[in-house]
Amino acid sequence: MSNKNVYIDYDDCVIHVNDVSKSFGNLHVLRNVDLKLYNGENLVVLGRSGTGKSVLIKLISGLLMPDSGDINVLGQVVNHLDEKALRLLRLKIGFSFQNSALYDSMTVRENLEFPLVRNKRNLTRMEIDREVEEVLEGVGLLQTINQMPSELSGGQRKRIGIARTLILRPDIMLYDEPTAGLDPITCLDINGLINDVQERYKTSSIIITHDLACAKMVGDRMVMLLDGKFERQGTFDEIFATDDVRVKPFYDYNFIV
Amino acid sequence: MGKKFSNLLLEFARLHRFLMRFFREMVTPPFEFKEFIRQCYEIGWRSFPLISLTGFIVGFVFTKQSRPSLEEFGASSWLPAMISIAIVRALAPLVTALIASGKVGSQIGAELSSMNVTEQIDAMEVSGTNPHKFLIATRILATTTMIPILTFYVAGIGLFGGYLSIISKDQLSMLSFFTQVFDKIGFVDVFAMVIRSVVFGFTIGFISTYVGYYSSKGTEGVGKAANSAVVASMFAVFIEELLIVQVLSLFS
Repeated sequence: MSNKNVYIDYDDCVIHVNDVSKSFGNLHVLRNVDLKLYNGENLVVLGRSGTGKSVLIKLISGLLMPDSGDINVLGQVVNHLDEKALRLLRLKIGFSFQNSALYDSMTVRENLEFPLVRNKRNLTRMEIDREVEEVLEGVGLLQTINQMPSELSGGQRKRIGIARTLILRPDIMLYDEPTAGLDPITCLDINGLINDVQERYKTSSIIITHDLACAKMVGDRMVMLLDGKFERQGTFDEIFATDDVRVKPFYDYNFIV
Repeated sequence: MGKKFSNLLLEFARLHRFLMRFFREMVTPPFEFKEFIRQCYEIGWRSFPLISLTGFIVGFVFTKQSRPSLEEFGASSWLPAMISIAIVRALAPLVTALIASGKVGSQIGAELSSMNVTEQIDAMEVSGTNPHKFLIATRILATTTMIPILTFYVAGIGLFGGYLSIISKDQLSMLSFFTQVFDKIGFVDVFAMVIRSVVFGFTIGFISTYVGYYSSKGTEGVGKAANSAVVASMFAVFIEELLIVQVLSLFS
């Protein structure tokens, strides 16, 4: 775990996933899972591919609805909200997609302006430009402002994707595999950026990953999704202090093989 | 068999929900006017070269092919009147709709499905933008607006093609050609053309956006969506043409 200058309020739970289950046909992805995210915390969700990690954050952001259970985000039950209330709540949640999901027909500037002009309609042209430039500067990519997403590298796309979510100043960040498909140096950059966002914007975040270096560097707490349930949680060392054959190969592959 | 039937019912339910959602988004603010104008440009202006060529060739060839039959009865002077009715009543709306199904339908289907595959639609949704309003309503409204305009244009250029075909053999001034044309076309003919093209425009927009929005994931889904948008739009246009002809014949 890295040495970060953050304050985590363990009395203030910003996300509470309460007894949630989700299936797709006969495939039971999540089985009665419980999870809490505290204010200011970076929570890493570990697990094998296809175990429902991404489904979990799609449930939290209301892109999917649970079959049973409740998801409480910032005091509101996501699965009971109407469309308008859900849209307002989503403005407080930033979602960084695995493949960045940049709008490929728009420039970097237009990608960042898109959520801003639609949700803060009273901003002047000058204010919009200032916001866009400030956020881009924050992720170190101001020079790409007029480029198209197809002209950017994988790491740059990830950073722009994160910048696009930060422009609405969210309280919560959800990162879906932030280091997937990137080289080690770029992974370190992205991990640094996630910590930087936590410190600078005072966000609480859930980071979905199976990259243990990333987990170790950004996570304040970790949970591991095994067979549709969170069976292990704690610090990095606590999670891997086990001989469980479902857990040990994760560590061995990342740090021994 | 039972499962197929229930899947069919579910598909109809989803189509109905999609349609109702479109009408709701169309009338509730905020309106995505800028995106609507951009789509009108993409669908209308960018189709101009192809539509122009097709409309001209249809008018020219149709007139050339019709001449021998009329000449047999010594009625070649009826050519302007005949082609005007054929073009305005049937050919212009149908040709425009078929060209638009191919060009615009595949474009919308592929664009939306690739946005779906790369999670751009999800990204829009989580950043507080309503994709039904921004992506769906604007495209359906743009096709419903632009295809009638393109149909008028195709009718004009088709008639011009017909005129060039006539004067390649006979002496006929443009004024007397268009006088005969407008003598023969009535309000009902123009009204029927507008109705047809509005229905076709809505159908193409609706089917293409539906197919693109609900495409399966993966690159294969993009190809399938583009293909389905064209095939389903063309099929629907022919069925509608058949029904509209039956309904209009009751009033004529």
